[in-house]
Amino acid sequence: MKNYTIKSGRLKKFITNSIVHIGLAIVGLIWVLPIFFVILTSFREEGGTYKSYILPRGYTLDNYKGLFNQTGSLVFTQWLTNTLIVAVASCILATFFVLCVSYVLSRLRFRMRKKLLNIALILGMFPSFMSMISVYYILKGFGFLESGQLKLAALVLVYSCGASLGFYIAKGFFDTLPRTIDEAACIDGASKWKVFTKITIPMSKPIIVNTLLISFMAPWVDYIFAKVILGQDRKYFTVAIGLWSMLEKEFIEYYYTTFFAGCVIISIPVVILFLFTQRFYVEGTSGAVKG
Amino acid sequence: MAEMKQKRSNKPIFLGDYGFGTAFMHGNLITKLSAIIFGLGSILHKQIIRGLLYLAMEIGYFIYMSIIGIKALQDLVTLGTKVQEEVYNEAKGIYEYVVGDNSMLFLLYGVVTIFVSVLFIAILTSSVKSAYDSEIRKTLGKPIPKFSDDIKSLSNNKLQATLLAIPILGVVAFTVIPLVFNIFIAFTNYDKDHQPPGNLFDWVGFDNFVSMFKTGGVLAKTFWPVFQWTIIWAIFATFTCYILGMLLAIVINREGTRGKGFWRFLFVLSIAVPQFVSLLTMRTIFNTNGPVNSLLRSLDVIGVTESIPFLTDGSIAKITIICINIWIGVPFTMLSTTGILNNIPKDLYEAAKVDGANSIVTFFKITLPYMLFITTPTLITAFVGNINSFNVIYLLTGGGPESIDFYYAGETDLLVTWLYKLTITNKDYNLGSVIGIIVFVTLATFSLLTYRHTASYKDEEAFQ
Repeated sequence: MKNYTIKSGRLKKFITNSIVHIGLAIVGLIWVLPIFFVILTSFREEGGTYKSYILPRGYTLDNYKGLFNQTGSLVFTQWLTNTLIVAVASCILATFFVLCVSYVLSRLRFRMRKKLLNIALILGMFPSFMSMISVYYILKGFGFLESGQLKLAALVLVYSCGASLGFYIAKGFFDTLPRTIDEAACIDGASKWKVFTKITIPMSKPIIVNTLLISFMAPWVDYIFAKVILGQDRKYFTVAIGLWSMLEKEFIEYYYTTFFAGCVIISIPVVILFLFTQRFYVEGTSGAVKG
Repeated sequence: MAEMKQKRSNKPIFLGDYGFGTAFMHGNLITKLSAIIFGLGSILHKQIIRGLLYLAMEIGYFIYMSIIGIKALQDLVTLGTKVQEEVYNEAKGIYEYVVGDNSMLFLLYGVVTIFVSVLFIAILTSSVKSAYDSEIRKTLGKPIPKFSDDIKSLSNNKLQATLLAIPILGVVAFTVIPLVFNIFIAFTNYDKDHQPPGNLFDWVGFDNFVSMFKTGGVLAKTFWPVFQWTIIWAIFATFTCYILGMLLAIVINREGTRGKGFWRFLFVLSIAVPQFVSLLTMRTIFNTNGPVNSLLRSLDVIGVTESIPFLTDGSIAKITIICINIWIGVPFTMLSTTGILNNIPKDLYEAAKVDGANSIVTFFKITLPYMLFITTPTLITAFVGNINSFNVIYLLTGGGPESIDFYYAGETDLLVTWLYKLTITNKDYNLGSVIGIIVFVTLATFSLLTYRHTASYKDEEAFQ
């Protein structure tokens, strides 16, 4: 009796396994095809926009070369540098803010704690760019929109201040750290500042790396806010607005394939960073839910 | 460290974190006077520097109010009276503009002054509390902290103040003040006909809300369909991604599947590509002359000159958008549920197997309840995120196809993309703010209702 069930069970298992793998392959193909489309188009020889065929007729590297030629209104290298500067500055500031806020709200107990948590929750429910116009005028009031460099600095400020409201994942992580260590250190006479800098931060490497990378990636992909703040001066665009502008009506016929080359270029670092953070991402989220 | 409990009825004679009410009611005359002359209590208790700091802040506030503040508050009420006008300059023989009042700046300064005043009240309570603290310490015969002790406590008992100061300042400046400013705008007529500096705008009370809901009006005719589609979109987008993503995670995680890492990588790749890139690509792919239509033509599914209006016909566009959103959202759910799926206690499944349950039964009886229990908060967040999902709609269809029945909105516009069009393209800031407030009210009610009914709120230990 036992032998018989094992045999038919094996066959059944083989069939279900095959079905599962074939299914996964088909679904996987759907997920990968658009990415292939981007890569293929970036190497397409023929200019212009849409073609009635799918695979390009010829392949070339000119689209990539064109990106770095810095001709006319296309200053891709400049955009890359701008974005890099904004990304580095805002990820350092944002991580500092997020660590401070999440540590305080997770580990310290004080009168306003619950209220602050509720306020953060409420603020998160307003559409984020409802107040974009007023932010624009506030920045203008501070004199941040006088020159291109200052506009980029304004972007850094807005990104990093906005990031400090996204403390939930880091807070979830801090919630899972054992409290007894803090208490032991306090009994030994350490101040809370010491506990924060000497005990908690060294234990939180995964979440620090995670926050750093998430806030590093934001400027590469945000364009709504950047568009409103940076205005029309193409020299001070970030990559996202620069690429977006290549699809505008007056440029799309010339820059369609170049646009995809640009997409591939900025996707590569993001893909690498993302695959690197994936581990932290899974850990961080499950920690937050458990907490 | 537990929070200090305090009795409010009797005069507390222990040290702790008192509220302002307790401090003011039970404090002696000096403590009460500290509400008028800041830092008086501190100075009299020999905390000179602390007291002087309080005093300096009070004086600073009064100077600010007398120079800018009071006028700013008056202007906040009127929102300006002098319209910019053309005046004939006889000496030069040309018309010149005479600068008028700028309602927008008046509103902004008014809001800032309100925040400064709130800060002033916070300092007031702090001054009274500090005086009361010293008073209690004196009666108990405890040492009164010196200024150096105050500095030290910033890195210990008051560490929260040190660490939160800069982030809170940033959030107030770039999130809270703009938000309050925009909420005020919802009660004005700051639209395209009332643009400062050329023109003034004024308070109109609830008129904008009334016109948004008044039956028969063009705004109401736009609002309800857009609102309806926003809700339908949010429900579909949330649940399709949630269920399909979880199924994908289960299929990849199951025992028999080989190459788990490879499959995961395949799907994660689409998250790693920046979202605006993948969305713009999708827009190209589903274009009237894009690859999908070309493919269908060459397969003879449709005629050579025909095309399926994936993104240009209202109803089809809605379906296409939801499908594309599945492409975007499923990997996220897969990634975030993988970790949790691994945490489901294995003995539950073994017990079910012994009892003869098949995989479908175990999914509905074990996996789904467990996942729902753990991830309901995430689900609520996802729903909120989808209501506010700007990128997907804006980059795929831009809200289009345009509809002549609507007030500057297309058939696939969500409330947020309509808000964007109203403010950025159309400069109807008042209507944009009204929509922002409506979105907020909807989300807040929804979150409160659902969160209170979730199992994880009622019974936290069901699965522990």
